[in-house]
Amino acid sequence: MAKRIDVSGLTAYYGSHKAIEDISMTVEPRSVTAFIGPSGCGKSTFLRTLNRMHEVTPGGRVEGKVLLDDEDLYGTGVDPVSVRREVGMVFQRPNPFPTMSIFDNVAAGLRLNGNYRKSELSDIVEKSLRGANLWNEVKDRLNKPGSGLSGGQQQRLCIARAIAVEPKVLLMDEPCSALDPISTLAIEDLIGELKERFTIVIVTHNMQQAARVSDRTAFFNLAAVGQPGRLIEIDDTERIFSNPSVQATEDYISGRFG
Amino acid sequence: MSTAAVTDKRPSTLRAASLPKWTPWAIAAGSIALGLGISAAAGLDSKIQWALIAALLFILGTYGVAARVEGRRQAKDRVATSLVWVAFLLAVIPLVSLIWVTVARGVKVLDIHFLTHSMGIVADTEPGGGIYHAIIGSLEQVGLATLIGAPIGVLTAIYLVEYGRGKLAKAVTFFVDVMTGIPSIVAGLFILSLMLIFEMQPFGFAGSLALAILMMPVVVRSTEEMLKLVPNELREASLALGVPKWRTILKVVLPTSIGGITTGIMLAVARIAGETAPVLLLVFGNPFINNNPFEGAQASLPLYIYQQFANSAGSGAAYDRAWAASLTLIAFVMILNLVARGIARWKAPKTGR
Repeated sequence: MAKRIDVSGLTAYYGSHKAIEDISMTVEPRSVTAFIGPSGCGKSTFLRTLNRMHEVTPGGRVEGKVLLDDEDLYGTGVDPVSVRREVGMVFQRPNPFPTMSIFDNVAAGLRLNGNYRKSELSDIVEKSLRGANLWNEVKDRLNKPGSGLSGGQQQRLCIARAIAVEPKVLLMDEPCSALDPISTLAIEDLIGELKERFTIVIVTHNMQQAARVSDRTAFFNLAAVGQPGRLIEIDDTERIFSNPSVQATEDYISGRFG
Repeated sequence: MSTAAVTDKRPSTLRAASLPKWTPWAIAAGSIALGLGISAAAGLDSKIQWALIAALLFILGTYGVAARVEGRRQAKDRVATSLVWVAFLLAVIPLVSLIWVTVARGVKVLDIHFLTHSMGIVADTEPGGGIYHAIIGSLEQVGLATLIGAPIGVLTAIYLVEYGRGKLAKAVTFFVDVMTGIPSIVAGLFILSLMLIFEMQPFGFAGSLALAILMMPVVVRSTEEMLKLVPNELREASLALGVPKWRTILKVVLPTSIGGITTGIMLAVARIAGETAPVLLLVFGNPFINNNPFEGAQASLPLYIYQQFANSAGSGAAYDRAWAASLTLIAFVMILNLVARGIARWKAPKTGR
């Protein structure tokens, strides 16, 4: 189910501005990979190139290769819509659809894509909500609007919505930055469970979080303001936080940055 | 010296003298009385003059009293508040008096008979008759115009917000802006020139075409604003689920903004429902009932009002009918607005737990 991601020589632009340059890395299936680095270094941009969401931004374009189990996402004839069905995404701010109930939010991916059987729908919704550790909190009010939930619940609703379409990879763009510590803990526990089934990539500004949830950590940095961001190093999380091979990583992690 | 002792000696910096709550009313009453007094003394008989004098006195008085008691900042605040109130009253007075006059004069002949009969066998100067033919005409012409104008307008707005990049989008925006400024008589003349080329007689649908031209830019503008209000995050959330762009627009963007779009369309409908000029040119008017908008002259409510005033040779019965028709037209637009608000509230993004 979970798939491996192989990135080689990836460069992304916003119009004429080069945001990230020449990034190569491998993300193992059924593992959690964390991206850390200062603001503006291109972590989120890089994350969005992994499911072709980068080109949704006006002027966004990408050079290089992203292999999802040997299939190039940027190859000719590849449909970005099919890519996004394989590679799901959770955003920084919880964004449930305001016109839909909790049930409809989780079912949205299946319904809008049109490939589901009616009898299966409620099972899939229940499975996804259980998968996102939200079922017990919302099972009695599935018909209520999703926007009535708390921030942490909304974010878990968004995770349930993303896993309902059974992607192979789940991208998370600072999923906890708008949440309190308790909701954050709930989502971190959830990430630990989800990695049994999905390949997970998470962007975070919280280094303790990266250390807690991830198996591998990638450090991004940029030489100066206006310069493109680069991948400095990627290694096992334990090694990155104890004995990184690059001085800049150690400086950033220990707070001696700049 | 302790801190408590220091605070005791100083006068409070947080509290200051303030005027009692009834002060604005007292000043208002005083300035109205004074305004009336000055007008009487000077022998001014215009009603507007004493009101203007009173308004001026009210603002000056408020500033003076407040500056003396409360200080200059509070005085400026009170003057700003009273300016807002004066502006509000100036805006509401004509509206209320318009509705008041229309209702007072319109109810005289407004009854079931009036709503269900035409002017077919009634001369314009005689009492009796009704507006059934005009209601039919208005409903059909405005309905057809909406059927043409609303979809084109909404689709244009979707193009501009969701797809439009570069020169074509800029050109479309420019022409929509130009269309907003087209006088209704010009839209009428445009269709009339087509009618003359094809040698056609006036008919209801020709009026609908001109009304659709007038309606489109209003719908485009309001729909555009509503679509821009939909947060980009919702579009991205849907795209990231692997939903194609067109389904994202159809199932996420439009439902989120449907309330505002409906309101915009209804405002456009209200605008064209009162148009007289193109209808006069293209539909011509007809005292008989004509249910077919595609053949033969029809009537419409604004045209009926105009003709009752113009062709009645001072007959009171015709004036009464014109006022009653005006009341019907206002009620028609108001009901449309209420329906639109109902739809907007029903379809609006749900909140609460």
